[in-house]
Amino acid sequence: MSAETCFHCALPLNGRDDLAVLVDGEARLMCCTGCQAVASAIVDGGLEQFYQYRSVNSARNDDSKNADFSAYDLPAVQADLISVDEQGVATIELGVSGISCAACAWLIEHHLQQLPGVTKVAVNVSRQRCRLQWHKDQLPLSQLLSAFIDIGYRAYPAKESNKLEHIERDQKGYLLRLGVAGIGMMQAGMLAVALYAGAFQGMDGHWQNLLRWVSLVVATPVVFYSAQPFFKGAWRSLSPIYRNMGKSLGKSLNGGLPWHQSLTMDVPVALAIGLAYGASAWGTVMTGGEVYFDAVSMLTFFLLLGRFLEMRVRYRNELVAGEVTDLIPLSVQRYENTHDGACLEQVPVKSLCAGDIIQVDEGECLAVDGVVLAGQSPVIEAVLSGEQDPVAKGPGDTVSAGTVNTTNPLKIKVSAVGQGTRLAAIVDMLDSVAAEKPRQLALADRLAAAFIAFVLLLAVAVFSVWWLHDADRALWVTLSVLVVTCPCALSLATPVVLAAATGRLQRQGFLVRSSHVLETLSKVTRVVLDKTGTLTTGKLEIDSIVLSSTAQALDTEMVVSIAAALEQGCRHPIASAFKQRQTETNRQAEQLVYQVGGGVSGVLDGKRYALGKAAFIEQCFALQVPTDLLLSSQSASDSLNLKHRLEVILASEEKVLARIVLVDELRPGARDLVSSLQAQGLAVELLSGDQASNTAALATDLGIKHWQGNNSPEDKLATIRTRQNAGDIVLMVGDGINDVPVLSGADISVAMAEATDFTRMACDAVLLSGNLNTLVDTIAVARKTEAVIRQNIAWALIYNFSALPLAAMGWVPPWAAAIGMSASSLVVVLNALRLQHSNKGQGGNLDNTSRQWQGAAVSGLQAET
Amino acid sequence: MESLYFLIPLSMVVVALGIWLFFWAVNNGQYDDLDGEAERILFDQLDVNTKTEESVKQAAGFQAKRKPESAQNSVNNENA
Repeated sequence: MSAETCFHCALPLNGRDDLAVLVDGEARLMCCTGCQAVASAIVDGGLEQFYQYRSVNSARNDDSKNADFSAYDLPAVQADLISVDEQGVATIELGVSGISCAACAWLIEHHLQQLPGVTKVAVNVSRQRCRLQWHKDQLPLSQLLSAFIDIGYRAYPAKESNKLEHIERDQKGYLLRLGVAGIGMMQAGMLAVALYAGAFQGMDGHWQNLLRWVSLVVATPVVFYSAQPFFKGAWRSLSPIYRNMGKSLGKSLNGGLPWHQSLTMDVPVALAIGLAYGASAWGTVMTGGEVYFDAVSMLTFFLLLGRFLEMRVRYRNELVAGEVTDLIPLSVQRYENTHDGACLEQVPVKSLCAGDIIQVDEGECLAVDGVVLAGQSPVIEAVLSGEQDPVAKGPGDTVSAGTVNTTNPLKIKVSAVGQGTRLAAIVDMLDSVAAEKPRQLALADRLAAAFIAFVLLLAVAVFSVWWLHDADRALWVTLSVLVVTCPCALSLATPVVLAAATGRLQRQGFLVRSSHVLETLSKVTRVVLDKTGTLTTGKLEIDSIVLSSTAQALDTEMVVSIAAALEQGCRHPIASAFKQRQTETNRQAEQLVYQVGGGVSGVLDGKRYALGKAAFIEQCFALQVPTDLLLSSQSASDSLNLKHRLEVILASEEKVLARIVLVDELRPGARDLVSSLQAQGLAVELLSGDQASNTAALATDLGIKHWQGNNSPEDKLATIRTRQNAGDIVLMVGDGINDVPVLSGADISVAMAEATDFTRMACDAVLLSGNLNTLVDTIAVARKTEAVIRQNIAWALIYNFSALPLAAMGWVPPWAAAIGMSASSLVVVLNALRLQHSNKGQGGNLDNTSRQWQGAAVSGLQAET
Repeated sequence: MESLYFLIPLSMVVVALGIWLFFWAVNNGQYDDLDGEAERILFDQLDVNTKTEESVKQAAGFQAKRKPESAQNSVNNENA
């Protein structure tokens, strides 16, 4: 398998075999220069054991070289972030994205400790944080941050998030409750064994009394401290019913039960715990009846465990997907003296206010909203509109934070900063949309409400029958009904399975963000794909260069270096294709002139060149682009047809030099995705905003039968609505911010890892691995998850319904109730754990994972011996 | 059997002590990272200086050799 996939990130190599790194004495192939750079940095640092230790494949590293952290070295920016002690040792808390397993912590700690001046590195895998201590005068912060980039992680100063802090606090509380319940359960269980043995063999009354009293002491903190969340939850779900009781009583008689929907699992749990504890305590004090202290403690412990697991999943999801990375820069250049306008100073964005005049150089991202005072430059407003094509801006035009200035410096008067910007408004809007999105009621909850109503009514019936029949036993029999039917297994059935499944999907690189994803995913009938950025990588690369017959003494190498020099400093997508070459040759063109939608011209080594569309070249130099060059493009188009293609012409003043064909590469796994989905009987559809011809070419190449090109977001949404009305459950995969309305219209939305933060926040799931093939596995896992949930619920219901008549007849002694309850919970948990392990032949990544796991274990053993 | 009158209360004291210890450990931040610490013991605490310098050099040499080669390859691809 190492023959076809990247050693570092396990994505398909797509036929590349020219990038390799020597790891453990063996040449390993890499898929891209990013992965190659990271792997070399790891090996050169002597840390190649990382590859044995890791249990999860690393992420692909595409843009690793574009990061610029110099703003973090400004004292004003640092002031809030780091604390320095007397010896000059600075401490900073960093958030790190890309940490997927414990081996990542090992790698980061060892890599950073090799840097001069670093005194302490502590990585917390659960919180994805890193606490760093270093001598500030020996190493600037920006270098520390780029050291993370070198080994494939991205670090940023940790931001305070109320939501995360809240979950963290809750989590700690649950851990404490869990500990108390666990210890209490063990003690109560031990005492219960003595009591049961006594019940069989005979035991003195005073010994039995002592053991009961001790059990009462042990169970009391469990009930009053550990089980608190259940009582609170039950109260929350009951109090609105209580308030509405009067109003809805009349309606309820003919329109079903009013509290049917709001009854949560907490109600019977709290009822069972409360009644069983109360009755046992009463029995202890009055020396009679039965005691259920062991069952109460065990019930609490198991339920808390389920809650705790659920919470950990939620925390991890929040951590990975909730982080809105800094789109806008930390510092800007402000004119200190507005009258002269000569004095520019680098200041943090925080200290800006409306009315300030700032300068934004070409290639910079705007940090504020404002009005252009001077300068002419096209600006990419992809953040606002989703369009990659730059929009021309001149004096008097308004510009927004988050947009990118492409070609010339702009002088801007600030009109809004921080929370006042349009960008902040968009983020707020998306936040609230995400919060208000109606959640699908999970199957177990729907069942629970009905089941609870049934059990409560039954308990009342049992009590009244026994009251008439044998009043002494009425309370104890009713109690055993409630304990036996306590929906412990039923309430564990879903959360445990979801925790296991989401954990497994995350290791595969699929992040589940909302709870309904797995349930809906298993029912999906149609998959709608976006083109650019989803099926293709969205990054242009040089595919081929055709030299013009008039260009003597030129080779492709020179053509590329001229083009690179012309495109240098430009942020247009086309320029990124030449970026790598530009850093290699480092030639600089002068007098660059850009024309939006046309091309660029400039002077290099005293000669004037132009690069752009044929029309632009003709207009620029009064040259006729030879038709043979264009004609050859027609003939060549058959083979090129398969990819998204774009051509530009390079010319000097006298003659046309070459035609450069750029392609948008297919994303790894795209071809397999389409065929596997279709093999599973799912309909696949391609909706693209790109030209119909390009869309058609890609669709025929991948074998997609339904496709539409030239689609606006409204068109796409309309298509999805039509499909939904026809009865399809639609899964949409996209990446652009322009896709957000479409994505939220679909039953399930999946964002690509490279998608903007807004898109990721609006989506139900994120494909972190960048490997489209993961989606196929994910659907399989979702189906299996749904099956396991159904098995669990079926098992819990069968158990409860078969135990119910026995308990109602008064045939179930306390020990049998306790054993039955815990056994049914255990079955449910063990069944869920089956999901954690992969099936053979499913998900290549996972085979790799287990192999690496064994590697880690083996090397651990070797280290010990 | 009368020893139970002493032993059971004693066990309660031990339990209380255990719970106190657990609370102390959690509040002290010892359970903050439930994912990382569990596996840390499996990894060698390697001393980078004693690691075979040779293999690092060998790898570095290999990488340096491959770089121009791969650049050449991509140019060839463009020509094709």
